[in-house]
Amino acid sequence: MIELIVFATLTLLGYVFGRIAERKHFASIRSRESTLKDILIFNERTLPPGEWRRTQLVGGNVVISVDYFKRLAAGLRALFGGRVTAYESLLERGRREALLRMKEEAQRLGAAMVINVRLETASISKGAGDQIGSIEVYAYGTALGR
Amino acid sequence: MLISNIEVIPGRRISRHLGLVQGNTVRAKHVGKDILAGFKNIFGGELKAYTDLLGEAREEAVARMIEHARSIGANAVINVRFSTSSVTAGAAELFAYGTAVVLEDELP
Repeated sequence: MIELIVFATLTLLGYVFGRIAERKHFASIRSRESTLKDILIFNERTLPPGEWRRTQLVGGNVVISVDYFKRLAAGLRALFGGRVTAYESLLERGRREALLRMKEEAQRLGAAMVINVRLETASISKGAGDQIGSIEVYAYGTALGR
Repeated sequence: MLISNIEVIPGRRISRHLGLVQGNTVRAKHVGKDILAGFKNIFGGELKAYTDLLGEAREEAVARMIEHARSIGANAVINVRFSTSSVTAGAAELFAYGTAVVLEDELP
């Protein structure tokens, strides 16, 4: 009985706070994306025409976790198959956040663009019992400055 | 030491290729931080402690790669790639590798 109460509380907490946190995060991502839109990012490896004096490797990483409710929802989804929307939004948040951090580093260096951008995603708690659901995203590229 | 993940460095040319250099590090999580991360697993969101941990570990891997490159006489590492793998539960390996080269200033 107590277990059931704990489970229900965790699910509810996860649902409520997870939603609030996700909405806030997306709002913050959108506003920072619009302030950093002047820094262009490409995944091409060739240099764009122009005189580039400075090149430097920049990167940004983030470790992000799903909430209890979404983990449960994804677990249920795994029974029937299909789109796991709970994890889709997690990965989207992670990737956009990592790219933003990379852009912020590029901005600090006064770079105009970042080329050859690569994204790497790793599940960092794989094998740790039921702790699935936290991922690390690392975005890196070469910042170019005049 | 110039680190880049492209092969062509503006204004410079490669005079010698010295082959692959690499650096790695395996990091485990701190128990206290792990407990805090456990709470975060309920509410969701960023696990700041892990972000910092992996960020530091990646810098360490890059530092080792640079050390390796320096020891064979390179002045730049180009075409750098990163890779992460979880070795056991609670530990991750961060690996950085690239091509060590000697760069020269291009003649005008």
